[in-house]
Amino acid sequence: MNFLRKKLDDLKRPFGKGQKLERYAPAINAFDTFLFVPNHTTHVGAHIRDAVDLKRTMVTVIIALIPALVYGIYNTGYQHYVQTDLPFTFIDAFIHGSWKIVPMIIVSYVVGLTIEFIFAIYRGHEVNEGYLVTGLLIPMIMPVDIPLWMVAISVAFAVLIAKEAFGGTGMNILNPALTARAFAFFAYPTYMSGNKVWVSEASNIDGISGETILGTLAAGGNVNYSFFEMFQGSIPGSIAETSALFVLIGAAILIFTGVGSWRIMAGSVIGAAIVGYLFNLWGANALMSFSWLNHLVVGGFAFGVVFMATDPVSAAQTNKGKWVYGILVGVFCILIRVFNPAYPEGVMLAILLMNVFAPTIDHYVIQGNINKRKKRWASALKTA
Amino acid sequence: MSADIRIRRGATIHLKGESEKILSDASPSKTFALKPDNFFGIVPRLMIREGDSIPKGAPIFHSKKDPRILFVSPVSGIIKDVVRGAKRKILKIVIEQQEGDVISHKIPAFKSLDRKNITEILLKSGAWPFLKQRPYGIIADPNTTPKSIYISTYASAPLDVDFQFLLKNNKEEFQMGIDILNALVDTPPILSMDADFSGFFEKVKKVKVLRINGPHPAGNVSVQIHKHTPINMGEKVWEVRPEDVVNIGKLFADGQYSAQRTVAVAGESVLKPQYIKTKIGALISALTDITGFDNSRQNRFINGDVLSGKAEASDGHLDFYNNILTIIPEGNKYRMFGWLPFMDNRIPSLSKTSLSWLFGSKGYRVDTNMNGEERALVVTGEMEKVFPMDIYPMQLLKACMAGDIEKMEVLGIYEVIPEDFGLIDYANTSKIEAQQIIKDGIELMINEVG
Repeated sequence: MNFLRKKLDDLKRPFGKGQKLERYAPAINAFDTFLFVPNHTTHVGAHIRDAVDLKRTMVTVIIALIPALVYGIYNTGYQHYVQTDLPFTFIDAFIHGSWKIVPMIIVSYVVGLTIEFIFAIYRGHEVNEGYLVTGLLIPMIMPVDIPLWMVAISVAFAVLIAKEAFGGTGMNILNPALTARAFAFFAYPTYMSGNKVWVSEASNIDGISGETILGTLAAGGNVNYSFFEMFQGSIPGSIAETSALFVLIGAAILIFTGVGSWRIMAGSVIGAAIVGYLFNLWGANALMSFSWLNHLVVGGFAFGVVFMATDPVSAAQTNKGKWVYGILVGVFCILIRVFNPAYPEGVMLAILLMNVFAPTIDHYVIQGNINKRKKRWASALKTA
Repeated sequence: MSADIRIRRGATIHLKGESEKILSDASPSKTFALKPDNFFGIVPRLMIREGDSIPKGAPIFHSKKDPRILFVSPVSGIIKDVVRGAKRKILKIVIEQQEGDVISHKIPAFKSLDRKNITEILLKSGAWPFLKQRPYGIIADPNTTPKSIYISTYASAPLDVDFQFLLKNNKEEFQMGIDILNALVDTPPILSMDADFSGFFEKVKKVKVLRINGPHPAGNVSVQIHKHTPINMGEKVWEVRPEDVVNIGKLFADGQYSAQRTVAVAGESVLKPQYIKTKIGALISALTDITGFDNSRQNRFINGDVLSGKAEASDGHLDFYNNILTIIPEGNKYRMFGWLPFMDNRIPSLSKTSLSWLFGSKGYRVDTNMNGEERALVVTGEMEKVFPMDIYPMQLLKACMAGDIEKMEVLGIYEVIPEDFGLIDYANTSKIEAQQIIKDGIELMINEVG
């Protein structure tokens, strides 16, 4: 460790204060702090600090994402082999999936981090760790056959327009990962919907039934999957969204570590369940009579609620606000699914919509606190 | 004992090196110092020159805004040094102790004491700075009458003192001080105490008792005021620290300015952590001579507790108000991959991304490492967990950063002082310096609103 530390210190010397490469210090610092927690000590304020920092928080989210990612890789291969009627083993499915997905992750990180580094150097602040999560989320919510250059463009759009244009990490209004998906969805609709995109290499084969469940329902078709298949996730869909089971494992990690807001998750499930149940009672079309329980496990609902809606920057920030925000995400998700057959997947739009309204929700919560204080002042004046 | 106020949100951080219940005298302190920075919002005007010979209780400087507020010497001696910093700002006035006179004030009979002559004696003797005022945590304005006076005997910060033990030899003077404060304002002072260990404070007369239960910052006066009778715009509340009640009591007993200060020397680096009796502004070495400290490593000396205290050099002096001197190791070392969740679980953490809660039974060892770097505010809800007031801390901090006075007012700036944000400094993921932001915010309020 000492040897490595010395090497790093030598390497960092030209980036020091007053040195030639000082401007580029954020870039080298990002690598250094990846290896070592720095030796910085407290100067103002409290003399001791909690062990938690943003890196640790973000890495916890990545750990929570891994079960869903691993299953997504397997399911990509599984769907491919099942639909093409080829014999395969567990390992085959896994290898096929890895060939598809690992390049997407690499592209996402390379493009996104490059932009982040450039902005950090340009603005003279350290590189924030937020993109570690965003960069993994983006490939996980894309259809598997999307070309890599589209991933690159979507990433660039999301980081530049959704994040850096608003001031960088912590300032963005929309969730960057969902912005990337929405961008791809509206810019390249043929690659983002239909029945050919959800199964790897499906476009080469005729007569495939690779439609997502929600897509099938929106088109008025019948669903041939059991609840358990939907829950476990051996269904077509975006890479890592299909398995409610593995998303739940991630949710458990987020809730246990306190990194993800259980209020938002619980609120969303409650909101979606109630609206789903009401539509079940109404039952005017296939999507309405689709059981509310199934609504919770198909499509991107579970994934979106656990990993996207809980993004603390774009969600509501007050505890009361989180409940309202969460419930509305659930409500709008089902509403969009049922009433808008052009967008069978409602959760992306529901979360983006609520991202926009989150500051308004917080405003009213905080205004409540302010009004309480003002009322107290007024009554104190009266009695005085 | 049932509590009047129960605090739920907050955290008690149990550290190694708690002071034992032993009371020793400090070794003689060659010099004493007064630091104008200890008095938030005061601009000092010197009343002495280097080389002056002064008696104990002689004024050293006064407040520029109100010349009646005097700051006096805790000992007799010679003005050895006036240490100045950037822009000739006075950092400290060092007094070399020598045998000499003591200034005595004439104290009228207790029965004839009223608000007017008590105020006069407190001002003249230099005891007025013992009275602090909310909002802002500045020295009280002698022209105002407070809604009430709070005395918190419940010290909840890490390694903080047990005032029952600290004042065990001053019970009569404490009552005397209370009597004086009672005569100073119309209402009886509010004496808050730990609901479980109230001890002799239970028997103090002429006070309103407030029993507190809960984790830090339950002992902070701001929290107690907020839960009991929150401050409204325009209202003033005063605060006196328990030992300063004793100092006021002593002043009215013998007419001499009393600068008694009993300090718990605590922290992992202290060899024999215990209570040391000395005077305000004494040399830190006069205390560590008795307690010793581990000088095989770099240490941080903190005037105050680890959350809200001020760093001081090992050859520096005690501050004016603090009853605790904490010494902990510096943390200027690297930790490989220390940012991984569940790494380095010995570092106390309120986050569940650490297993530190398993290792706390014997007290945590802490150092001064930042454990990360400052980042944008991302995580929400964590500040609220350690902030028991009905105030939105992150929103208030943001209003302070933006300098939005109107917002700061309605979000509750009148009800807080920097130390209330000590746990937020400690716990927040983004390593934001919340206390400094609040301090700057309050400074802005004083300059713009008054």
